[in-house]
Amino acid sequence: MPEAIRRQVADHPCYSEQAHHHFARMHAAVAPACNIQCHYCNRKYDCANESRPGVVSELLSPEQAVRKALAVAAAIPQMSVLGIAGPGDPLVNPERTFATFRLLAEKAPDLKLCVSTNGLALPDAVSELARHNVAHVTITINCIDPDVGAQIYPWIFWQGRRVRGREAAAILIEQQQKGLAMLAERGILAKVNSVMIPGVNDRHLVEVSKAVKAKGAFLHNLMPLIAEAEHGTFYGVMGQRSPTPAELKALQDECAGDMALMRHCRQCRADAVGLLGEDRGAEFTMEKVEAMEIDFDAALQRRLEFRAAVAAELETKRERAPQASPVTLHRRAPRPADDGRPVLMAVAAKRGLVFEHFGHAREFLIYEASAAGAKLIGHRRAAQYCFGDAECGEAEDVLAQTIRALAGCEAVLCSRIGWEPWRELEAAGIQPNGEHAMEPVEDAVMAVWREMLAAGRLVRSVAEQRCA
Amino acid sequence: MTLAIIESCVNCWACEPLCPNGAIVAAEPFFAIEAAKCTECLGDRPAPQCAEICPVEGAIVNELDEPLNPPGSLTGIPPERWAAVRREIAAR
Ligand code: SF4
Ligand code: SF4
Repeated sequence: MPEAIRRQVADHPCYSEQAHHHFARMHAAVAPACNIQCHYCNRKYDCANESRPGVVSELLSPEQAVRKALAVAAAIPQMSVLGIAGPGDPLVNPERTFATFRLLAEKAPDLKLCVSTNGLALPDAVSELARHNVAHVTITINCIDPDVGAQIYPWIFWQGRRVRGREAAAILIEQQQKGLAMLAERGILAKVNSVMIPGVNDRHLVEVSKAVKAKGAFLHNLMPLIAEAEHGTFYGVMGQRSPTPAELKALQDECAGDMALMRHCRQCRADAVGLLGEDRGAEFTMEKVEAMEIDFDAALQRRLEFRAAVAAELETKRERAPQASPVTLHRRAPRPADDGRPVLMAVAAKRGLVFEHFGHAREFLIYEASAAGAKLIGHRRAAQYCFGDAECGEAEDVLAQTIRALAGCEAVLCSRIGWEPWRELEAAGIQPNGEHAMEPVEDAVMAVWREMLAAGRLVRSVAEQRCA
Repeated sequence: MTLAIIESCVNCWACEPLCPNGAIVAAEPFFAIEAAKCTECLGDRPAPQCAEICPVEGAIVNELDEPLNPPGSLTGIPPERWAAVRREIAAR
């Protein structure tokens, strides 16, 4: 990642892998309406028990959203970004979206503003985005071929008419590409999200990745399709499957080549609050927010001090270990044959440390450890007991589901772990490890990898050695 | 001449800002059209705007209770092909 861009995203949790350990964001759910239909989306968006894009529990007016943002920014000095991501499309609700930005900029000018859009209305909104100092835009681009698009988008609303099928996809693609180029011209950072849909666009996304990079996207985020029948989406109901973690990783590796690729995305709800991976939305319902007393200036001061402290800490870290930029490019360097094979490990982490009890972790960061170092390649959600709707159903027990989510990992690092999960994990070929509690994640991962290497567990097979 | 919103509406807000006559109300438990204000967009727009953007088949009906977006019209899959398409998609 070029130095200038690295500085611009250094405190944005969604754009910088390093920042996401330290900084928090809030999504303001002010934008309900949408102008397209995606087969992975259900427009009935209010479910408190789901965590995925497009879902919120209360829709806010711009005034309420700003009130909430200021409350969050006063309580959580890590807060650095206010994003509008829905539950519909921010640019289809321009009055509500831009009123929110305007009001917030008056009270908390230090917060960065960003939006996520499907791109259909983007070309017409670029000037307005620039006028409001919007720092980052995320566009969801799932295809550049209208025939692929016709399998993802059944229709769009365009110039007063519903347009269907291939024609709809062609218009959407044209608008997205045009909007992306216009953002690049204006110097607004554009990130592209793509949803990987097996059998629909999985092969095609390699081409998409190249095309969006050529148009000026600075980061590409490949996300797995989330499709469950109980979400009521078209794909969910029709039995479209999600990619396996291994399929997603293979595609990410293939696309990584020469472009910054993001691996720490959590596919947040459109009203998420807090650090990535720990949603604190429930602490900031409108009812609670209305009751809070806030000293805006003192809060601003605390945020600035916090940011200065983190910047200093990261700077020392970087000087100590001059390594690759936070969003690591994947390199296939020739390796000596005896350096040990790469190993996937899961970590119950918080704020960059091995922090959590296995049973309390809501998610695990997945690292690939090798002689080249520890590389974050994604995260996997732990299964949760759902206290919602009876229809959700508890098909298999939670521990078994979590173990299945960790498939492919050979070790799991956590601060503590109970006896039963220990036994079950071991039986599944995943070695639990509680010896590195409170250590920095990457140091701990590498320590475990070196132990495995010393124990002779990382010898490559003969075939692998020949290829290496 | 007037359209109506029925209970399958999911309160998604898409229609509300589009109505040239301000006839759509964000009512509870689902949105509503003020019959006196709705002109079916005649003279203002090429087609009834609320029905053009509504994502839910059947949620908007005319005076004869006929849905403007009948089953199959928004997914692009007619009901008789549903089972076959489901098998195809599930096999991906
Ligand atoms: S048909 Fe037109 S006038 Fe009537 S409610 Fe819908 S958008 Fe408004
Ligand atoms: S567009 Fe349809 S579903 Fe959405 S609020 Fe209007 S009538 Fe209801």
